[in-house]
Amino acid sequence: MKKLMTGNDAAALAAKMAKPQVIAAYPITPQTSIAEKLAAYVAGGELKSRYIKVESETSALAACIGGSLSGARVFTATSSQGLALMHELLHWASGARLPILLVDVNRSMAAPWSLGVDHNDTLSQRDTGCLQIYCETAQEVLDNILIAFKLAEKVLIPTMVCMDGFLLSHYSEPVEVPEQEAVDRFLPPRKARYRLDPSDPCTFGGGVSGQVLFELRQRMQEDMDRIPAQLSRICREFALQFGRQYEAVEVFKEEGADLALITAGTMAGTVKAFVQENKTVGLVKMRLFRPFPGKELKKALKGFKKAVVIDRNLSPGAGGIFAQEIKAALYGSRKRIPIVSVIGGLGGVDVTKEHLDRLVTGIRQQRKVPTDLLWMEV
Amino acid sequence: METMENEFVHSGSFACPGCGLAIAFRHVVKALGKNTVIITTAGCGSVVAGYYPMTTSKLPFFHCSFGTVGATAAGLRAGLDMLGKTKTQVLAWAGDGGTFDIGLQSLSGAAERNDDMVYVCYDNEAYMNTGVQRSSSTPLGAWTTTTPFQAPEDRPKKRMAAIVAAHEIPYMATASISDPQDLEQKVRRAKGIKGFRFIHILIPCPTGWLYATKDSVKLGRLAVLSRIFPLYEVFGGKQYRLSPMGEKVPVHEYVASQGRFKGLSEEAIQGIQGNADQDWTELQDLAARSKEGRS
Repeated sequence: MKKLMTGNDAAALAAKMAKPQVIAAYPITPQTSIAEKLAAYVAGGELKSRYIKVESETSALAACIGGSLSGARVFTATSSQGLALMHELLHWASGARLPILLVDVNRSMAAPWSLGVDHNDTLSQRDTGCLQIYCETAQEVLDNILIAFKLAEKVLIPTMVCMDGFLLSHYSEPVEVPEQEAVDRFLPPRKARYRLDPSDPCTFGGGVSGQVLFELRQRMQEDMDRIPAQLSRICREFALQFGRQYEAVEVFKEEGADLALITAGTMAGTVKAFVQENKTVGLVKMRLFRPFPGKELKKALKGFKKAVVIDRNLSPGAGGIFAQEIKAALYGSRKRIPIVSVIGGLGGVDVTKEHLDRLVTGIRQQRKVPTDLLWMEV
Repeated sequence: METMENEFVHSGSFACPGCGLAIAFRHVVKALGKNTVIITTAGCGSVVAGYYPMTTSKLPFFHCSFGTVGATAAGLRAGLDMLGKTKTQVLAWAGDGGTFDIGLQSLSGAAERNDDMVYVCYDNEAYMNTGVQRSSSTPLGAWTTTTPFQAPEDRPKKRMAAIVAAHEIPYMATASISDPQDLEQKVRRAKGIKGFRFIHILIPCPTGWLYATKDSVKLGRLAVLSRIFPLYEVFGGKQYRLSPMGEKVPVHEYVASQGRFKGLSEEAIQGIQGNADQDWTELQDLAARSKEGRS
């Protein structure tokens, strides 16, 4: 059944359907309505869960860590500064291999204050060992949360589902709502292999030697390397159940497109509309960012002669973060295509088809592919 | 009957010789029993707990991030409840740094929500694990590496018990390693109550207080006798009840037995005596009012 809903509605509904036993959240714009919706679901008896109204985002993730240690399924949501406040805890959660599901409604980082979207909040957490999945539509928000719960609990790694603040969190779109029974089949209750249990007492998170830490980190990387394939299997299972197919990296193009526009989040939607009118351009949408799907990206770029990465983020002093990682992934490829790096849409500034048209025309007009960082017009 | 079946601490630990913490931990988990899970945080407690692949505790143990004991334990409680394990006790085990300072917010959150746990603060009155730096629990006049002898601690110890009591939690108590029976009895009483329960244990520390390792229990006793650390319980944040403590002795005896107060003038010691007397009078008054039903 299709229903009109915002990204935040879709997130709260997906979380409800996944039946987390522990929820901990703290209000922050533009995430707040997820926390409110879930509180209403719990209060109304539609969701049987313990909702801990914590006193900070640090405590929100700490409570999720405690909840996850019991063996329960856990959920939290935040934005921007809230995610930054969780930073230390993200390391604890991934180091302790706890499959916590975190929705981040992307918002720029202060100072100065802007409530608009960019991806600096989540991308600042790229080295914490958490998985990151980006969403283009409210449908993807709902589906990705269900997929991410299954993935996180399989690989024992905390997972972030990221959606653009306001552009996605607050605009309504038609969303196909799955049947609860189908969700239950796809996502049965969590079966925790490791947990705090007096009948099988174990110590977690205590002091270890450097050698043990080294080995654990190496194992984490090896596990990360397997995730794109595991995600792909889960997505195939999801497609069988719900009829919607997702990939870690998605391509949208016509035969003969030679220039790839690479982006993530809602901007992919604008690029999609632009591509429909400009058949020589294709969209490569980065759905998975951590682990970085290098192999899938190379496959997606087959046939393109050059690529333009539009980053809705900025690592000051280095440029766009997706562009850096894409260049790094392609380094050493036999057929390496030139990559143009563009910054656009910071603070929620609109990127339109007209902007894209002028960007692509400008790049095509130059004899040499620009190597300097480009900026979208504001 | 005392049997090893009631012991949940392995012999041998990473504690310094004479550490009061190992004693307190043993009695607390003994009183809580087998069906207990423990959350601890950075501090002497996380070191005493052991180093992989060894562990001091026979009970399940998680080391959480510094400052989040209250919230982590609250989440664990919620998960256990949802999985039907409502009888399992959650023990939050944190030092004075993890309780008075960096952990105050998450402690306050858990206390205010009345999350169901036994929170024990093992208070050795400074950051002993990192080598004796002052915390807001460090008493007036004490030496630490960040309050050196030329400029000892110039503020009184934070009134943590009053802060916690203000949350109107169902049960709160102070305890000392010098009276393990009283300590265990309070933990057992806490075990029988639902909601947020707080037990504040003074932990004499030969490494940081500068006294002979054989004297930890004696120091604990002197703290109680001098009323520097009186023993009492608070029910519902309002009903105060004093525990048996023995005849009051001058503060001088307690202060003079520790190197950390070395060089304090007689006037400074009289100041400490004055503060202790005032606090003791207030506490007696609260207990008397509670007894008469005028809280």
